[in-house]
Amino acid sequence: MSAALQQEPGKLPSRAPDGATLELSGIQAGYGDFQALFGVGLRVAPGEAVGVVGPNGAGKTTLLRVISGLIRPRAGTLRYGGLDLTAVPPHALPGLGIAHVPENRRLFPHLTVEENLRVGAFTKPARAQFERRREHVYELFPKMRQRRHQLAGTMSGGEQQMCAIGRALMSGPKLLLLDEPSAGLAPIVVQQVFELVRRIRQEGLTVLIVEQNVAQVLRVVDRAYVLETGRVAAEGRSADLAADPAIRRSYLGGH
Amino acid sequence: MGLLDPFLLEALVNGILLGGVFALPALGLNLVFGVVDVVWLCYAELVMVGMYAVWFLHTQAGWPLALAFAACLPVVALLGVLLHLLVVRPLLNSPPINQVLATGGVLFVLQGAATLVFSTEFRSLGVDMPPMEVGEVFVSGTKLAAFCAALLGAAILWAFLKFTYVGTAIRAIARDREVMPLMGVDPRRIYLIASAVGGALAGLAACLLVVQLDVHPFVGLSFGPITFMICVMGGLGNMLGGFLAAFLMGLIISVGGFWGTTEFSYVVAFAFFILVMFLRPQGLFAR
Repeated sequence: MSAALQQEPGKLPSRAPDGATLELSGIQAGYGDFQALFGVGLRVAPGEAVGVVGPNGAGKTTLLRVISGLIRPRAGTLRYGGLDLTAVPPHALPGLGIAHVPENRRLFPHLTVEENLRVGAFTKPARAQFERRREHVYELFPKMRQRRHQLAGTMSGGEQQMCAIGRALMSGPKLLLLDEPSAGLAPIVVQQVFELVRRIRQEGLTVLIVEQNVAQVLRVVDRAYVLETGRVAAEGRSADLAADPAIRRSYLGGH
Repeated sequence: MGLLDPFLLEALVNGILLGGVFALPALGLNLVFGVVDVVWLCYAELVMVGMYAVWFLHTQAGWPLALAFAACLPVVALLGVLLHLLVVRPLLNSPPINQVLATGGVLFVLQGAATLVFSTEFRSLGVDMPPMEVGEVFVSGTKLAAFCAALLGAAILWAFLKFTYVGTAIRAIARDREVMPLMGVDPRRIYLIASAVGGALAGLAACLLVVQLDVHPFVGLSFGPITFMICVMGGLGNMLGGFLAAFLMGLIISVGGFWGTTEFSYVVAFAFFILVMFLRPQGLFAR
């Protein structure tokens, strides 16, 4: 599965293990007096696609921000292939092969699509691969090639999501963190975005995806964690979770 | 005899030439503010130091003028880096008023230091180029050369911001600084680069001003306040807005001086600025 990735030489610094496992345990985190996560544990093995689902305010975005180092955990361990990520500055993560597509996409609206991709390829090793990866992104998202000189802020929500994922791919990640890729998109576009996530998986990327759209995400991921008020309420294989009566009742509008 | 009075035409031409010289410090100030989010109140004093550097290297150390110009840019760029490291970086998380007070303090330190080292005497480079006659209009050769150099500097800055990885990151960070680490960008490094470029622009402005103005410790007062007005008028942090506002201000001052006295022209310019602040407080060219 990771054969496609291994063709890319010099993509990771030597200390970043190829096909590393992301492991969190006992993570507590929050903002000021507000605590969002109460001892969260999670594991993502190489090549896996894992979902974190749950209602608004469950702490899903906080969880991704902890992994990216945008906020530091108050307790717990956070390791990627044995490396303690809490000791790594956030801007070093793309160099380790971790890319984060943030909540609300956070494109640079006044830059063109191609300029957004260029910012995504800022790190030294990524610059050397810019043209090849840009072509790859344009093959994945032909619409982005058409729109490459258009200002990112003038595109539709679905196109912006493609651009945001493309920007993350420009650093040549092994592990892609996706924060609510379906938020604010029309149902038909949500389908397209998840189809893209499926294709990215097929390229051998490891994916950790946070979503409120439980029904859709369970069709794409292998396993999922259900997060409720900052705690893991359930976890398991997607098929099992989708069949679980309690989960169907709470998240799938099921009967 | 054309449609325009040749003297008015001359005032218009001079206004554009003046605008080109204002444009450089406006670009530098906006660049630093847009990226670091701190106003360098002492910006005109960085230019003053650069003017002394050229004067000293050329008239005292006997360097050729071109070499003195070439040395001025890295000297003031280094000054910008030091300003960032020693004054701005420690205050990045402080309230804006503290940052303004600190860079304002540097203004007085630089003025005082220049007075101690060079005294308050007016120093002249003693360089002038012959005026040129274009049609019916006389244009100062020095001003024209300064204008061309300013445009060249602005064009190089534009290309840097448009076509390089660091330049693109600079434009990106001006919009969204929090997301930059996710792109593998260390914001502190970008701040340092922006401070160096902002300093280099002050150095280039110094080269262009030192051939037109005598240097003294308080020379910054003759273009510093105007530079700030231009930046605010164009929309603080908006480089294109500041660039355009510089030409607008140059024209107002020059044409105002044609109808009245030079002092009067500054009254018109300040009145226009106040009017803009009432009508469009976000700046003329804010998006």
